[in-house]
Order: sequence, then C-alpha cells, then structure tokens
Amino acid sequence: MASLNEFLFVSGLLFAIGLAGVIIRRNIIVIFMSLELMLAAASLTLVAFSRYHVTDNGLPDYNGQVFVFFIITVAAAEVAVGLAIIVALYRARQTINVEDLNSMRG
Amino acid sequence: MHSLLFYLFSFLAVAGGILLVAFRNPVSSALSMVLSFVGLAGLFIGLNAYFVGIVQILVYAGAIMVLFVFIIMLLDLNNEEKVRFRSSTVVLGIIIPLCLALQILGVIQSQDTKEFQPITEETLATAAESFPEDGAIHKSLAHEKTPKLPDTNLIGQQIFTHYNFPLQVIGALLLVATIGVVVLSKRTAKTRPTDS
Repeated sequence: MASLNEFLFVSGLLFAIGLAGVIIRRNIIVIFMSLELMLAAASLTLVAFSRYHVTDNGLPDYNGQVFVFFIITVAAAEVAVGLAIIVALYRARQTINVEDLNSMRG
Repeated sequence: MHSLLFYLFSFLAVAGGILLVAFRNPVSSALSMVLSFVGLAGLFIGLNAYFVGIVQILVYAGAIMVLFVFIIMLLDLNNEEKVRFRSSTVVLGIIIPLCLALQILGVIQSQDTKEFQPITEETLATAAESFPEDGAIHKSLAHEKTPKLPDTNLIGQQIFTHYNFPLQVIGALLLVATIGVVVLSKRTAKTRPTDS
C-alpha cells in the first residue's frame, strides 16, 4: 500500500520535471505544456491530502477535491487565453521561440 | 490502492513528463503530456477520487490536448526547433529542479508516514449515519447489496453548500475567458502595430 509520502514525492517529481521543461525548452508552446504539468502535479498533492485526511464521519475530506475541480476549471480557461495570445504573437512576429522575443529586454 | 498499480501509474506520469520535456517535436510533446495526464488520472482513481479522475481525462486529455495539437497544426510548427539547446541552460535546467526534488524528498523524509486506510463497507455504513436518510448520498452509502462511495454527490454537496460563491466566480471567469479569446483572435492585421 502506498503511503502519503510516496504520493507527495511523485507530485514533487512531476513538478520538478515541469520546472525543468520551463527552464530548458525554447518553444513557447512546450513551455506552456510544462506549466500545465506543474498545475496537475499540484492537484495530485491536493487529492492525496484529501484522501489521507479522514474526517469525522470516516470519509475523505472533500474540500481538497473541490479545490482540484476549481483548479481544472481555471486551467482550462488559462489554456484557452494563453493559446490565443500565442497565436496573436505568432501572427505579429512569425516566431514562437522565446529567445527571439526580446523586445522587452532592458 | 494496490502498490503495483500505484507504481505503474506513477511511472506513466513521470515518464510522460520526461518525454514531454525531451521530445523535439511539439506534437510528440503534446501526446506525451496526455500519457502523463492519463497516469495522473489513474492515481486519482486509486485515491478514490473517481470524479476528479474522470474530469482530469475529459478536460486535460480531451479538451486541452486537442487545443494544443490544433494550435501546433495551425501554426505549422512540425519541423521547428532545429536549434540546439544551450548547454548552460540545460545544466541549470537540470540542477535547479534536482535541488527542488531533493528538498521535497528531505522534507518528506522528516515526516512520519501516514498509511492508507482503505474504505470498507463498515466505514461506508458508519458514514451514512451522518447524512439525511432520504438523500441520495445516504441511499448510496447504505445500499443493502452494493454500498459504494458517492463521491460525485459528495463533491456536489460540498460545492453547492460551502463553495457557492466561488462557483459563481468561476462561472464569471469562464465567461471572461471566452470573451477574451474572441477579442484576442478577432483582432485584424490593420490594428496591429507593425514592428521590425
């Protein structure tokens, strides 16, 4: 049987992989996907805490799962807006490589 | 949750994540993101969070992945990224997440483990007493032949009693996001400032 700590470690590992993707990759769409992976890793933490924190009536604590429900909704809205911004950016600059997008550099 | 399934699904999730970062082709990255999210959904279902697991598959592996693949196809980026990664960023991108993972491991090691308590028929029967007799939750928990965990009902009850205001805020957020996407993508070439 897997303990809470193993779930937390898998979640931390996924978050670290997402962070590595954000740092290493230069393609803005892949960076965006890595951000989604980090969000999903955080929701794994919430679901694990929800399951392992048993409330008075013996059932899991559903507050965590409600939180995950809200996170998924916000992530869906975020992806829609983010991809629209990427399309607008591509139409303006013909590139999605973050190293070419340096006009705000001081 | 059975240990073997836990290791299988967490391996799927982590392997999908690593492939997402490692693949050069964005379409392969999107497909390995789906692999990772299917593994995560398996972990959710193993944690008795059936509703969240199904929503994870429907929203992430269904809607969001299709959006990503659609945009990749639309921008025609299939043969993009011939450039080599800079070695300095690769080294940094391995060291910083490694430090993070080691820190998380250190914090976890210092905590005492909390063991998994499976949900049995007795826990369902005792939990049924805290819900009103004529409700759907009580009926499902205290069913004579097949008592089961009505987690969709329980999440719904939680949302509509304690999280009513956040639910409406999230509805407004979805509306604003929809309007924002339409505004962003309707902008024509004339209104855009020309840059070098």
